[in-house]
Amino acid sequence: MILMSKKLPMILSLSKDPVQVRQEQDVVFLKNRVKEVAVRIKMGLVNQTRLITAASELVRNMMRYGNGGVCLIEVVSSGRINGVRLTFTDKGPGIPDIAAAMRDGFSTGKSLGLGLPGTKRLVNEFDIKSKVGEGTTVTIIKWANG
Amino acid sequence: MDKIPILRMGAFLLVTIQVDLYDRLALNLESDLVNMVNKTSAKGVLIDISAVSIVDSFMGRIIGNIASMSKILDAETVVVGMQPAVAITLIELGLPLKGVHTALDMEKGMSLLKSMMDSDDPDEQETADDTITE
Amino acid sequence: MALKTYKLLQNKKKNILELWMKNQLADEGLREDLISNDELRSQSEELITALVSNLSDENFNDLNSDEWSPVLEILGGIAITRARQGFSPRETGNFVFSLKEALLQVLQEELKGDQQAFFNESAKINRLMDNLSVITFETFIKGREEVILRQTDEIAEISTPVIRVWDGILALPIIGTLDSARTQVVMENLLQEIVETGSSIAILDISGVPAVDSLVAQHLIKTVSATRLMGAECIISGIRPEIAQTVVHLGIDLSNIVTKATLASALAHAFKIMRLEVKKSTIIKS
Repeated sequence: MILMSKKLPMILSLSKDPVQVRQEQDVVFLKNRVKEVAVRIKMGLVNQTRLITAASELVRNMMRYGNGGVCLIEVVSSGRINGVRLTFTDKGPGIPDIAAAMRDGFSTGKSLGLGLPGTKRLVNEFDIKSKVGEGTTVTIIKWANG
Repeated sequence: MDKIPILRMGAFLLVTIQVDLYDRLALNLESDLVNMVNKTSAKGVLIDISAVSIVDSFMGRIIGNIASMSKILDAETVVVGMQPAVAITLIELGLPLKGVHTALDMEKGMSLLKSMMDSDDPDEQETADDTITE
Repeated sequence: MALKTYKLLQNKKKNILELWMKNQLADEGLREDLISNDELRSQSEELITALVSNLSDENFNDLNSDEWSPVLEILGGIAITRARQGFSPRETGNFVFSLKEALLQVLQEELKGDQQAFFNESAKINRLMDNLSVITFETFIKGREEVILRQTDEIAEISTPVIRVWDGILALPIIGTLDSARTQVVMENLLQEIVETGSSIAILDISGVPAVDSLVAQHLIKTVSATRLMGAECIISGIRPEIAQTVVHLGIDLSNIVTKATLASALAHAFKIMRLEVKKSTIIKS
């Protein structure tokens, strides 16, 4: 007997909106799009700020290490709550040691090294996949009230 | 617009950031401000970020840089008017902006700078309206 | 078997509805105070219409098939509404159970002569209705959880009042456990109030917090740091001796935070920062 409950925690994507990020102007455009979507699902101001800041961190990584890429903006729903899912995909060199990159204070570039672990603290779901030589995909979800 | 105007007021420099900073603008501000501190031998820098809705680690680093660089040039930096949401986000991001002074608004930032200058110079008397207990 | 069960049910829709209504109205647990008979009837009719019209031989036992989604939607809607209206689980369950009764009654009527067919078909109906009951309960509980969640939010909202104790000084008494969701509310309220009142000192009184573990301490430190970033000072007061003990035993470092034993001493400290003095007047004014 298969019950419906198995379907409930599944995350459904309600809208998809890919944004190309190649140069600095695209970053401003991306942030505005993310904000629009967040406002549309009635995300509170503080959560909006967390989400856009997280997006800002990830898009900067993508520009710096991945030479630009694509950010997919989605409105997602899981049961009764809505959220925004952002998927950043680049075709850069990839991250050889993800565990190290996720540690506070680690950086290969000229930065503070808070990028990834700091970003993870700002969002509800954080997933990173990377293959050396092929690129990196980072997916984050921020729930409207989470 | 690739420059943020810097105003001079006595020994202080005032900067009001009205737009969300993108990287180049922030880098320009950093070098402009440090040059200006040097040129005017300013004793304090006030940066009003009340209209800024996003401060990420890069912007945070620029603000920290401005403070440290000004400090070497003998000027204190006060960041004023940070939005609650921005403050919460910065803390969670792991960026407490050490070495940067903060104040609620321009006026409070100004009196903070003045009091810091006063404590540097023990000959000068404080002239506050409140009762002085000590 | 001559007639398929689903066909039979489709033809007998009216009978089933009447029987079902009769069963429901006869139940002594009927909540006429919460739902009118007309409303009950229209709910029942909606569900049974969706049920029989989407029923087919193939999907009889596969609730995941697409044809079932309208039925599940209606059923879910009813269960959620009932949860919000304050029906008990038994009363909600009876809604589906009495439908099962009605279906079986009709089936029995129709298959009177054929014991074997009745047995087979009623087993099917039983299985189907049991599945629907489970879904009803799940949705009902989900509805109740929603009510609880909303109330939790409300409690969090009202249980964190920000008090203006002096011009430029805010106090925030925290009562109850400080978890991360609550910290969020406390922090947002406090920071917002700081902006609105232009207060430069905030006192966080934790006399009403039962225990401070490292997580709670982390939340407190976070709130203090955020307050400082905005340019205000945050004092933590109401630290009971046993809390001081646990904090030290757990090795939590609160040295960067101004801590005071009582709200009174925190206020005195705030006055000192603001260079204010409270004096006993020598002249008695009437």
